[in-house]
Amino acid sequence: MSKIVKLKKGFDLKLVGKAPLEFLQVAAATTFAIKPSDFPGIQRPKVLVNEGDTVKAGTPILMDKAMDQVIYASPVSGEIVEIKRGDKRKLLEIKILADTTVTHEKFGALDLGQDRATLVEKLAASGVWPNVIQRPFGIVANPADNPKAIFVSGFDTHPLAPEVPFLLQGDERYFQAGIDVLAKLTTGKVHLNVDGSKAVPAIFSGVKNAQINQFSGPHPAGNVGTQIHHLDPTNKGDIAWTVAPYGVVQIGKFVLEGIYDASKVIALTGSEMSQRGYVKTYTGANVSTFVGASSQAEDLRIIAGNVLTGEKVDAQGYLGFYHNQVTVIPEGKYEEFLGWLKPSTSKLSFHKAIGMFSFLKSGEFKVDTNTHGEERPFVVTGVFEKIMPMDILPTYLFKAIVTEDFDEMEELGLYEVIEEDVALCEFVDPSKNDLQELVRHGIELLMYN
Amino acid sequence: MKLLQNLFDGMKPNFEKGGKWEKFHTLYEGHRTIAFAPDLVTKSKGTQIKDATDLKRVMITVVIAMIPALLFGILNIGHQHFIATGAEGTFLDKAIFGALSVLPILIVSYAVGLLTEFTFCVIRNHPISEGYLVTGMLIALVMPPFIPLWQVALATIFAVVIGKEVFGGTGMNILNVAMTARAFLYFAYPAQISGDLVWTYLGDKPAVDGFSGATALAVAYNSSVDGTPVVEALSTHNAALGADYSFMSMFMGWIPGSIGETSTLMALIGAVILVATGVASWKIIVGGFGGAYAMGLVMNALQVNEFMAMPAHYHLVMGGLAFGVVFMATDPVSAAQTELGKWIYGILIGVLTVIIRVTNPAYPEGIMLAVLFMNVVAPLIDHYVVKANKTRRLQRATV
Repeated sequence: MSKIVKLKKGFDLKLVGKAPLEFLQVAAATTFAIKPSDFPGIQRPKVLVNEGDTVKAGTPILMDKAMDQVIYASPVSGEIVEIKRGDKRKLLEIKILADTTVTHEKFGALDLGQDRATLVEKLAASGVWPNVIQRPFGIVANPADNPKAIFVSGFDTHPLAPEVPFLLQGDERYFQAGIDVLAKLTTGKVHLNVDGSKAVPAIFSGVKNAQINQFSGPHPAGNVGTQIHHLDPTNKGDIAWTVAPYGVVQIGKFVLEGIYDASKVIALTGSEMSQRGYVKTYTGANVSTFVGASSQAEDLRIIAGNVLTGEKVDAQGYLGFYHNQVTVIPEGKYEEFLGWLKPSTSKLSFHKAIGMFSFLKSGEFKVDTNTHGEERPFVVTGVFEKIMPMDILPTYLFKAIVTEDFDEMEELGLYEVIEEDVALCEFVDPSKNDLQELVRHGIELLMYN
Repeated sequence: MKLLQNLFDGMKPNFEKGGKWEKFHTLYEGHRTIAFAPDLVTKSKGTQIKDATDLKRVMITVVIAMIPALLFGILNIGHQHFIATGAEGTFLDKAIFGALSVLPILIVSYAVGLLTEFTFCVIRNHPISEGYLVTGMLIALVMPPFIPLWQVALATIFAVVIGKEVFGGTGMNILNVAMTARAFLYFAYPAQISGDLVWTYLGDKPAVDGFSGATALAVAYNSSVDGTPVVEALSTHNAALGADYSFMSMFMGWIPGSIGETSTLMALIGAVILVATGVASWKIIVGGFGGAYAMGLVMNALQVNEFMAMPAHYHLVMGGLAFGVVFMATDPVSAAQTELGKWIYGILIGVLTVIIRVTNPAYPEGIMLAVLFMNVVAPLIDHYVVKANKTRRLQRATV
């Protein structure tokens, strides 16, 4: 039953700064934050706590009034120190000062014998639900929906991405419990997709209640969107759910222990990261203690997440809900004399245009945030098609979004992609367009019209 | 380089909002980004790093690919001159003679084209695009060597304004800009751009006895009128002067014609550069040559006249086919944009070129009209390829 998919299209970004597989001794983060901006589909966020309140891990602190069954819980126990708002009182962050030992709200173990509706209701109220993402659109799933299948990508092919088995070591029991409950939520299958180029890691090899598929090839082979496309694509009207492996474990812990446990392992990566490796922390951690000395330098960029889909944060910024990686690279605010003409083997490029000899170099590349050129209209063709391992015509899809042509957007595949699926297109685009932003704009047009 | 940077920095306030040359901001940015790759960094959301290749590098790759054709064209123009006048000329003589006739055309093409482009950038307030780097070179290379410079200027203005800017500038044009310039001249000044006179410059000297300035295509066409086999007519043409139109000399490019188009070999060198760097689609190039060859074979099968009976591979080295297929047809903006579409588009360009050559008595060179026609048809081809993709995606739903 399980499928083996070998992908050819794509591009692996080999960067300097992978995290060695060891735990670092780093001072624990003391503040944590929940940001509504981490959840693209959230429409009317409402804060459920006040500054000065004390919370436990699992205490509801945020909800979306447009989908009020789902609560967003505090990752740690402690005190709400700040509710930060921006222009027009837009909610930006809810900051929590953590206790030294985290205490949890007790929900009680989940009995999987209950009916689906009860299971869903309890999961939605526990804080673990935002791990369940809906395709199309890449938003937090609506508990009222019945997905045709649930997909879990067991590996991450993003640049410098953490090793998933290392993140989840010791969590085998919880992972299985998470899969078990997910299997109850869909009438279809739970697909667990593993890296076909390596031996199946122990945490996945014995998993029951799921179909294990193997994917191999360059990035984006590890993107769940790519995998869905090759297993059971979402067309108009279809709904599929996706959960990251960490999310499955978190759900599993809730099932077995009855707690919302937001502790997670993250990777510290990037060429300028002062100390590379893995650390244990909680969801939404403040990055300042991890980046250490790197935070002092002004010409560095601290990225919550990876270099393709992550976002810039300042030295006192916070990781997002879904992030399991911090990357530090140099900023690229410099002019380079005839930089568009100079031959180079050290600049990373997918292209082989005159002077770009990076394809001759087999090692790792050091990259910075320079855009290497200005924004232009779409001119060069065929590049996106070379790196998009889906039967989608990216250029036409992007043009359909630019012109806001709804029929074309639907027919050309906007139900199958979210930001991360086009991140590689954005990277290689010689016209330097912001394609991830464009795709989100298109999704919002489809969602709210 | 600090000096140049300081110079730009010193001028900068004048071009900023409120400065006295505020309107010309885009010109300032345009020049600064040519001297220095800009100090722009990625946004806080979206990819945090970007590929080191930008459009400027893509464009300069195309320009570099055209340099062999340009250099050979310069030499060949001198070569043709010395053949026609019967005078002896060294390599250097030929090169200097050629350079003196080609460089003014190149300069006019770039100067007039860039001026037009800059004017539009200032009026429309959009950034200066590097597309004209390629267009300027292409326009010069498709001009006959002794065209009056004012005609080059006029054609360039027409092509940039009507061919490109009215559609919104780089990336928005429907027709290949350089081909538009050539077509403008052909239809506006037909007497001056056809016939035997424009291809070889005699100066004040008389032509040597027995010299004919007719191009290979004209010779081929005339032979079908006379009823003599084309290959024979080509190989005896100017043979006494050591300048026949044998397959080999046409392949090398020692024949009269537009500046850059005569040498198939140089076009192929350009093709290798373009394909190896991934800038041009090999599907269009292979399709173009393949289509022309296949249509040549069809013509052989019909054999209504001598031109049709000409061996099919002669079509590949005559006229501007190789140059047009390699440098014109592959312009990514005006070509088909889907991968299957590129095959269809390339093949049809080859096929149409041969049909126009063989059947149209007024103008034996078909590549120009074939490329322009296929530029117009390309969106239609893409439309059906995209539609097939949509249908395929819809059918998945029911499986």
